[in-house]
Amino acid sequence: MITPSVNGTRINFMATCLCDSFYSDVAKAAYQVLEHVGCEIDFPEGQTCCGQPAHNAGDWKNARKVVKHNLDTFAGDAPVIIPSGSCAAMNRHGAMLCMEEDSRLEEAKGLASRSWELCEFLVESLGVETWPGTFRKKVALHRSCHTRGTKSYESAVKLLSAINGLELVEVGELDQCCGFGGTFCVSFPNVSKKMGQLKIQHLIEKIPDVVASLDMACMLHFGGMMDRQKITTPRMHVSQILLAALESTRKGGSV
Amino acid sequence: MKLQQDIDIFAEEIDPEVRESVYGTSKLKISKRADILSKDFEDANVVRKMAGLVKQHTIENLPKYLAQAEESFTRNGVVVHWAADGEEANQIVLDIMKKRNARKVVKSKSMVTEETHLVPFLEKNGMEAVETDLGEYIVQIDGDTPSHIVTPIIHKNRRQVGRSFEREGLGPYSEDPETLTNMARVHLRQKYLDADVGITGANFVVAESGRIAIVTNEGNARFSMAATKTHIAMVGIEKLVPRDEDLGLMLSILSRSSTGQRITVYTQFISGPKVEAQEEGPEEMHVIFLDNGRSDVLASDCREILRCIRCGACLNTCPVYRQTSGHAYRAVYPGPVGSVLSPLINRHGFAPLADLPKASSLCGACQEVCPVNIPIPDLLVRLRNKGKTEEAERASINTPGFGVWAMAASSPSIWKSGLTMGNALNWVPKALLSVEPSARSWQKTRDLPEFKGGDFRAWLKERKRGKQ
Repeated sequence: MITPSVNGTRINFMATCLCDSFYSDVAKAAYQVLEHVGCEIDFPEGQTCCGQPAHNAGDWKNARKVVKHNLDTFAGDAPVIIPSGSCAAMNRHGAMLCMEEDSRLEEAKGLASRSWELCEFLVESLGVETWPGTFRKKVALHRSCHTRGTKSYESAVKLLSAINGLELVEVGELDQCCGFGGTFCVSFPNVSKKMGQLKIQHLIEKIPDVVASLDMACMLHFGGMMDRQKITTPRMHVSQILLAALESTRKGGSV
Repeated sequence: MKLQQDIDIFAEEIDPEVRESVYGTSKLKISKRADILSKDFEDANVVRKMAGLVKQHTIENLPKYLAQAEESFTRNGVVVHWAADGEEANQIVLDIMKKRNARKVVKSKSMVTEETHLVPFLEKNGMEAVETDLGEYIVQIDGDTPSHIVTPIIHKNRRQVGRSFEREGLGPYSEDPETLTNMARVHLRQKYLDADVGITGANFVVAESGRIAIVTNEGNARFSMAATKTHIAMVGIEKLVPRDEDLGLMLSILSRSSTGQRITVYTQFISGPKVEAQEEGPEEMHVIFLDNGRSDVLASDCREILRCIRCGACLNTCPVYRQTSGHAYRAVYPGPVGSVLSPLINRHGFAPLADLPKASSLCGACQEVCPVNIPIPDLLVRLRNKGKTEEAERASINTPGFGVWAMAASSPSIWKSGLTMGNALNWVPKALLSVEPSARSWQKTRDLPEFKGGDFRAWLKERKRGKQ
């Protein structure tokens, strides 16, 4: 895993395919959060997906096609900011793996050094320490597996803790995966379901008002399970909480 | 073609009692591991990485260190043997026994002898072979196989052990662990005294000194080698470390990672047969170096797996292992390390175990706890690519194709029209979506959120227009 070193406020926003197709509100929130901290944001129109689904499934030939498309789409020197730990991990690590015998490996390394998960970028690159506004809710924050080895989770905790009224509740077995794992969740549906069930139990154990994640991929899976089981605890991406807090200051009221 | 992955079927059908044993014990071990590491080291990651570097250096210079080890052992009066595969290794053991007219073997715990199926081989050849590790002994009397590389009966509870001991005539039924352990102790003591040959593995083999290190909590390795006239240690060629002083680092991280102990109850350092001044001890010592596919692994792009020191932490932390147990993996080495190693050293080739690398959510928990920092998730993905490239059927079960997706995801215009047309998904009855196997698998336990393709892009366009 390459730790990104390229900083700056002129950035490329990579919305991720999941936000592009399902979770548009998350992309909108992340975009507005980046606007708030003073970023000049480019959204390359040609963007699609990071390539991770094929990479993790072991179809490196098809993964490389998509990675190369990304090398073109996100060419240049600007940092690439991604509201997902998993897609960031693909840019920062996975892409180099499937490209290791490709002539464009150096470009992949370049993209790795410029790719940031949103919260880690805010805290580690821009040095954001506090967050304005109020969000009077108990939040259970899921630690997405693909933020291992990065400072994303700690960054998100720092930002959320700074919000007035927000209380982070303890989540058991934080280091355990929710069972999504890309195609794993359909290749091994029973194992995935059992992992998801445990994760949901831990996330709602302390009766939070909101279940939050740094990654909509995890939430697509365990959220889908929650919906099926009629567990109605609201779910938000961290950027949506940051935006809600921001909006509370604009309204002059509190949430 | 099969419709369901065997490991997934196993998870569905697993006895809840077995699942509870495996889950509870592995969870407990991982929390003990974390406690002791954070208590004893400022940053345990530094220790893991250092140990990883030592092992990486060793396997990258393996021919050199193996030659040095042979020289050191010979100097110490140890007979060194080389076995290309399990059959050859087993045959070497049998030949040594025949030469000494030996008939009875006591054996301490060793994964490598599980790999070569040594005990059944010896029994078939008229020898009596007794496992002396308590867990392995229970596995042996039950005709079972180990389901974990450190705690072989992690899948059993004390009631099952009590019933087995009662059946074997070790004593009346009990479910008190201490009573059960005492029964086994009385039974096994006589076996040590009667045995002609003691067989052990080794946790580490030091090249510079010709010394092997064995750790146990029961002291059975010590009995197995000290009470008999002949000591045979069978070891994988990757077990080497260069220097005696490397043991300090390796032993510190091994037991902490494995069982959450600072050090195991017994640690043996053995550098040869007994010398004249010693009254007791083995008159002969043999070391059998086993390759069994390891040279091929060393030549592959998964060589880092040879760093493994068999602590079992990756099994204990793995959410898939916790839900399925080691037996689901159909191999001597289960869990994350086994999913890499087992298909690579399988005597019937990669294809029959090509599903193992797929049985992971790639969550990375295994690498995070690995005492030698093996990038297990990377190796799993490499093997998935191998399975795909070699068209292994077991790797493809329930994995959707990515051809059409890759075409769309590398063509912005197709992608964008897909986003718009995808909205039709919201109007398609769920039953129709379930025709495609992956979609059906998804929908069995999960709802799909509303499709909002293109919504963000439209919003962004509006927002930019508003700001101009």
